[in-house]
Amino acid sequence: MAGSATVRFVLDGDIVELNDVDPTRTVLQFLREDLRRKGSKEGCAEGDCGACTVVVAELDRSGDGVLLKAINSCIQFLPTLDGKELITVESLADGESLHPVQKALIDNHGSQCGFCTPGFVMSMYALYETNANPGRQDIDDALSGNLCRCTGYRPIVAAATEMYSATAPIPKDRRQQLQQVQRGDSLQIEHRGRRFFAPANVDEFASLLQQNPEATILAGGTDVGLWVTKQHRELQTVIYTGRIAELNELDVSDSYLSVGAAVTLTAAIPAIVRQYPRLDELFRRFASPPIRNAGTIGGNIANGSPIGDSMAALMVLDTSLVLRCGTLERELSLDSFYHGYMVSDLQPGEFIARVKIPLPTDDAIVSSQKWSKRFDQDISAVCTAYRLVVRDGSVSAFRMACGGLAATVSRATKTEAAINGQPWSDATIENACLALAEDFAPITDMRASADSRLRVSQNLLRRFFAETQSEQLPTVYTYGR
Amino acid sequence: MSNCQRCTLMAAEYDAVGAALPHDSAHLHVTGRASYTDDLPEPRDLLHLAVGMSTVPHAELAAVDLSSVLAAPGVVDVCVAADIPGTNNYGPIVADDPILTDDRVQYVGQPVFAVIATSVDAARKATGLANIDYRELEAILDPLTAVEKQSFVLPSETLLRGDPDSALESAPHRATRRVFLGGQDQFYLEGHIAMVVPQDDACLLVYSSTQHPDEIQSLVAHATGRPASDVTVVCRRMGGAFGGKESQAALIACLAALAADKTGRPCKLRLDRDDDMIMTGKRHDFVIDYEVGYDDSGLILGIDFEFASRCGMSADLSGPVNDRAMFSCDNAYFLENVRILSHRCKTNTVSNTAFRGFGGPQGMFAIEYVIEDIARRLGKDPLQVRRRNFYGKDVRNITQYQQVVEDNIIDEVFDELVASSDYEQRRKEIRTFNAGSDVLKRGIAITPVKFGISFTNTLLNQAGALVHVYKDGTVQLNHGGTEMGQGLYIKVAQVVAEELQIDVERIRIMAADTSKVPNASATAASSGADMNGMAAKKAATKIRTRLTRFAARHFSVSEADVAFHRNRVVCGENELSFTELVQLAWADRVPLSATGFYKTPKINYDRASFSGRPFFYFAYGAAVTEVVVDRLTGENRSLRVDILHDCGDSLNPAIDLGQVEGGYVQGVGWLTSEELWWNDRGELGTHAPSTYKIPTCSDLAPDFRVQLMQSVPNAEDTIYRSKAVGEPPLMLALSAFHAIRDAIATAASPLPDLQAPATPEAILNAIQAAGHE
Repeated sequence: MAGSATVRFVLDGDIVELNDVDPTRTVLQFLREDLRRKGSKEGCAEGDCGACTVVVAELDRSGDGVLLKAINSCIQFLPTLDGKELITVESLADGESLHPVQKALIDNHGSQCGFCTPGFVMSMYALYETNANPGRQDIDDALSGNLCRCTGYRPIVAAATEMYSATAPIPKDRRQQLQQVQRGDSLQIEHRGRRFFAPANVDEFASLLQQNPEATILAGGTDVGLWVTKQHRELQTVIYTGRIAELNELDVSDSYLSVGAAVTLTAAIPAIVRQYPRLDELFRRFASPPIRNAGTIGGNIANGSPIGDSMAALMVLDTSLVLRCGTLERELSLDSFYHGYMVSDLQPGEFIARVKIPLPTDDAIVSSQKWSKRFDQDISAVCTAYRLVVRDGSVSAFRMACGGLAATVSRATKTEAAINGQPWSDATIENACLALAEDFAPITDMRASADSRLRVSQNLLRRFFAETQSEQLPTVYTYGR
Repeated sequence: MSNCQRCTLMAAEYDAVGAALPHDSAHLHVTGRASYTDDLPEPRDLLHLAVGMSTVPHAELAAVDLSSVLAAPGVVDVCVAADIPGTNNYGPIVADDPILTDDRVQYVGQPVFAVIATSVDAARKATGLANIDYRELEAILDPLTAVEKQSFVLPSETLLRGDPDSALESAPHRATRRVFLGGQDQFYLEGHIAMVVPQDDACLLVYSSTQHPDEIQSLVAHATGRPASDVTVVCRRMGGAFGGKESQAALIACLAALAADKTGRPCKLRLDRDDDMIMTGKRHDFVIDYEVGYDDSGLILGIDFEFASRCGMSADLSGPVNDRAMFSCDNAYFLENVRILSHRCKTNTVSNTAFRGFGGPQGMFAIEYVIEDIARRLGKDPLQVRRRNFYGKDVRNITQYQQVVEDNIIDEVFDELVASSDYEQRRKEIRTFNAGSDVLKRGIAITPVKFGISFTNTLLNQAGALVHVYKDGTVQLNHGGTEMGQGLYIKVAQVVAEELQIDVERIRIMAADTSKVPNASATAASSGADMNGMAAKKAATKIRTRLTRFAARHFSVSEADVAFHRNRVVCGENELSFTELVQLAWADRVPLSATGFYKTPKINYDRASFSGRPFFYFAYGAAVTEVVVDRLTGENRSLRVDILHDCGDSLNPAIDLGQVEGGYVQGVGWLTSEELWWNDRGELGTHAPSTYKIPTCSDLAPDFRVQLMQSVPNAEDTIYRSKAVGEPPLMLALSAFHAIRDAIATAASPLPDLQAPATPEAILNAIQAAGHE
């Protein structure tokens, strides 16, 4: 396999070339410790506070357009910058002339202690570049991955609204330099016995993984990053999927939506919500833009957390996974994928190639609800999803799946049985709530008690029923908007 | 140009004070150029520390084997208790906080050893290699068990006024309740950090993210066996503190200093976020019991409070925190007959500490719950019951600790806010809405704030400043206060700019530095601007006076004919720039450096009898919050917030507005989404932002209206008649809690048993319990 060991990316108009890179060195460590660019801060080292936010520019799939994405540099491994441009808080001002984002923050008194500010600047910069006229909800969404403990956010929202009134700097054409750092071969790094591969195509990936079945597959790194920063694990072999074109494809056929395993959540979500509009709120609440810009649907599924947010909805949609090992592919229902806590059907050397989500075919109502302590950027205590078809007042098809109630995200089979074929009525729902208690025996932890989890899952089912009865029943998050 | 014309052109004195200037570091914040302790250039040979923490809540240390730690790659050395040459304590008041423990551990997360290594990663990795043999002891993990077992860090205290027993006995109505009130992590975005650099002749230079450099100096000196004069502590800014870096920063600085002494090299300790949250103290959670007697109008006749607070394994600041809870449980209400029994519970959990409000929020939470309960039992609007119980201006104006409330403006604040928020109309409209809505319910509440300003320990109410004027007319400003984001430094610079009549831009604001200003109190108790502003003003006044005398002499005019007007000085017929005057004065050998010192007047207080005047004055405010709650999920959102807050004559209304807004939102976090959760092994489960949820942007109400009271100068002679603003606004958030409670109350069950924080789970529990009444 041809490949080079030099990581190349653009920074402030220069092409940075790095040899002998530690495969799991984070972008934040590189910035702060190697370059002594201290503007980006470490607040949590787990992608939850946003103080480390930077923007990455990359060519889109056509090669003509440039995508700008805010990401958490604290959990992003340095070699994943290969072929991209890194933009940090130090990059924005032109000499003494501040970027409109920076100026608006000063004018609106948007910083107090200032430690979160560089991260806010970068999330706002990404918003500035990608949305010319954001409303409050767009601003909330764009900033949901940035925590500020001082201001209470009002002046930051004001700055994000006002930043468009200043004269815009001349837009930079980033294409040419990005094209210069593209590579045809694969990236292969060996550093003190630890290896990093960034294969360029799926065949190469499949064979690499077969040869190294113990390797860590790295997609967005939004969980793998924490294995390094928090658990101090030494990952011997890492194979990065971000450059594999086939795994980054997103296609709609007559009957299903095919999402490559390495498609980011940012790219996948609009495609899914277009088909299933009632999933909008779930996906708005799914992590934060920096996490969604890095994280993938494939990673969310493969990781197999019982509180992953995509799986319940995908399960009720009868999603299947195309798994590949070497040159062999097989298709498996998502329902059958999980065997236990963080245990899946993936065999050594096998990986998820793509996710096949059936398209809406009939008058089915598909909905998913997330229950957590906070609206944005929180992990579900309970996540439920439903697919319902009612004919002549009777339920002709009902599926329900739940996260947070068992060791895996799973279907509520007894509940489904209690509803299928029954009138879609209060009485049926109350009966089904009893069945739900038979389906699951949740645990108590820091997110909620066992009793509350069960009670909430029942209430969420009641709420879903109420939502099908009245189009006028908003959630607390849509109320008044 | 004649004198007269010139005077016209000069206009009035330049008003630096009261201007809405941006934070002095704002341009650095937004460009990433503001240096926090971890951003300072690192000295050659710098070593990094990580802390090995206890994994059990209570045990004897039978054996600690660190051989594998020492053998790990990159590890240079370790520190254990036996390596401490001086006093093994960082407790600020009681010496019960070992820096490194050697006989027993008392909470999960207690430091047992420190690893010193060539990189942060190497140090952190190595901490996991220790072999510690614990002989486990029974652990007390909650305040109620502590009360039952009489396990206290300090003796229980009682404050009694009047005859509550008789008042309760004869009251037409009586009510009791127990309510649990959760703690809160400070969650400063910059975690704890210190870097210690050895200096000439065995002195130490300590860079510390601390609210209290003086205490760091003392404790580092004690721990390393040095005189204070051999330790210098510097802090330019913190990335947030909120009380969490008042006493707790000393642990980190002491460890780094001990390591620097042991290795002879510069040492830095930066805590990982999880370690920070596990190892260092938080706001005290309280169990509150009350019995109240009241009449048909809602007037409180007698009240009996019992507070049990989780202090954790040591005293830390728990004494004054709990004292302030006792002082604050009147909030804005006159309690004629009251008993407050306060238990300071010793538990095998992290030692709790200061957090914005410092016990005040817990005391005020208690009385506001009482007021709401009375109103709900009587079927009245809680607004009426609040007004019924407010302190009077001339009568009913003495607190339970015998201080006369001389500056009461709560009625004015309430009247204005009730009108501007349209509270009464909206309350009616909400009731109509709720009658027609089964799942979504709205709620509204208005709550007051009256918060006493001063350290309750009188001796702490002192401050110093040091102002230098240089030959080019620029100024360096030093004072004992620290900047944690609250805008203290710009406010004090505005005071000096006003006093010297120069542009703020000419003033270089220096880091807090124990070598410039000694013996400074912590920047805490909201007192930073009051005290340091006054001290700096005195220093600047000395210099201005010297310049005035010199100018009068030099130009042969009377001192009354010397006037300072924004960078210019008029001396009778002559006019010159400030810089020119400074140069002339220097040439005439006039000293251009001065110290200033301030001690808060009027205050006195007898701790033994809990009586006197602990507070110089009170700050006031009120908030109306409206929420929507989902009865099926307990999820909720603020819809509209109206706040009116009293900052006296604000030194900087933009900075003060920021404190009010930020304090409110932080308080809402405390009372809603921020839950500290321990398991039955004494392990904190919520020790990172993934599990501990402070408010995000979308939690800010879409309609958020905040005003500062206008034209109400401080009745006391404070710095330009301003008022302290750091802590008081946090308690405005009580309105959010009671709005949620209002939303879930029904005619059938008007008294939801809602615990704090009102997480969706807590709200559902309250709804569920009401269903079972």
